[in-house]
Amino acid sequence: MSEDARKNVREKVDEIYRLESRRVLATLIRLLGDFDLAEEALHEAFTTALEQWAHEGLPKNPRTWLVSVGRFKAIDNIRRRARFDSSLAQIANELGPTTENPFAEDDEDIEDERLRLIFTCCHPALSPDAQIALTLRTVCGFTTEEIAHAFLTPPPTIAQRIVRAKSKIRDAHIPYEVPSHTELPDRLDSVLHVIYLVFNEGYSASFGDSLTRHDLSAEAIRLGRLLVELLPEPEAVGLLALMLLQESRRAARTSPTGELILLNEQDRTLWDRAQITEGLRLIQQALASRRFGPYTIQAAIAAVHARAARADETDWNQIVAFYDILIQAEPSPVIELNRAVAVAMRDGPEAGLTIIEEIFARGDLLEYHFAHSAHADLSRRLGKIEEARASYEKALQLSQQRSEREFLERRLREL
Amino acid sequence: MKYLCLVYFDGKVLDNMSETEKIAFDNESLAYDEELQRSGHFIAAEALESVKSAVTVRMRSGKISTTDGPFTETKEQLGGFILIEARDLNDAIQVAAKIPLARFGGIEVRPIWELTKK
Repeated sequence: MSEDARKNVREKVDEIYRLESRRVLATLIRLLGDFDLAEEALHEAFTTALEQWAHEGLPKNPRTWLVSVGRFKAIDNIRRRARFDSSLAQIANELGPTTENPFAEDDEDIEDERLRLIFTCCHPALSPDAQIALTLRTVCGFTTEEIAHAFLTPPPTIAQRIVRAKSKIRDAHIPYEVPSHTELPDRLDSVLHVIYLVFNEGYSASFGDSLTRHDLSAEAIRLGRLLVELLPEPEAVGLLALMLLQESRRAARTSPTGELILLNEQDRTLWDRAQITEGLRLIQQALASRRFGPYTIQAAIAAVHARAARADETDWNQIVAFYDILIQAEPSPVIELNRAVAVAMRDGPEAGLTIIEEIFARGDLLEYHFAHSAHADLSRRLGKIEEARASYEKALQLSQQRSEREFLERRLREL
Repeated sequence: MKYLCLVYFDGKVLDNMSETEKIAFDNESLAYDEELQRSGHFIAAEALESVKSAVTVRMRSGKISTTDGPFTETKEQLGGFILIEARDLNDAIQVAAKIPLARFGGIEVRPIWELTKK
């Protein structure tokens, strides 16, 4: 066979790997009932494909071919090991061979398998860290090194999280299924939470290797899209809208030298119009359902900003109203703080400052640097320079992030 | 697959209940056991006496050491258990969520490891 033909097959296999490997993996996990066996089978199937397709050409349905070959390889492997471990013999017999077609042919069932995979990886019996690592690894196809790099965590730590998560799935019998109707609201929450955490990790970190971090946001949006496609629940739609509206401001959020630029100082012509348009459409869809929750309301707030062509055209009245709904849906001091800033924009700094001081008086948010920098900012606008200085310094003490620290230092100098 | 649902709660919750509340709550707990028998989940269930009556036993270098009190001193103590047969963890979680004391304390769901003689 010529070099060219070989290269051609390799490119085809690479492309199929990109497009289909997660679907093939999802099906193999269901058929084999084990994450590790399935991953091993997936790689053997692709290795076999490289050799066999070079001689025989591409099969009519590569995905079906890969699942079928992967499954036979796995059964073979178990049989071989069963010679040393008799308990495996039974497993091998249970897995095959069967005459019925073991894998779903139509696309709807295949999509259902991917949904099963997402719900299993984001099972609340796993720790949030493990949910994230397992989802990125299994659903998104990241390598352990890529996950470690993105979360600034040593690779062995990530590897161990994944190993532990897989053993828990096996030992506690976490089933491979989409939750029933009654379980769905709780279970969907934890899937949305994982996607949101992945997004935030990529969005809020504007230091370090920003390119990889940006990939995390893009991956979270891709996951959000997949989820909406498979399960168009209003909150899933709301979360996707929220991520798109936040992401639309990425180019305007930092200066060329990496400094943070606040919303009211951003060059709004840099905002990504396509993402805004899509976000606004999704938010309408979610709000119309009347079954929305916190993600949709946060998206609605982001949408008010997105609609304002200039900072002074922002409808703060509407934003405060959405925060009122949000606090009812999900009471939290952080949301109260954000509401306080919106109130300050609507009614003046004094009103906002009163709310923040009430939060502090309750003992909440005392260690939260955004609360102190908001307090500093409102004090500054009221001409209370000493209070402002004290609060900026407190915020600086609590902040770890480079661009945030630079921002606070600049504000301190400008007092 | 068997799961042990360990029921943890703060004993004060029951101490603070009135007599009628306690009776109603006990009846609710017994009714749930019966419900689990009907659904085929039930294997065994017992409530435990207060931790005040607990002793902790250890064998160290061939000697029995007996100390007063529960294994760990925490606010929420083991107050009872239900051993169930469930399809998988999700099924077990659904069963655990409906244990009446889940409203006051927490239920630890532990898969049973079947020991086999080799």
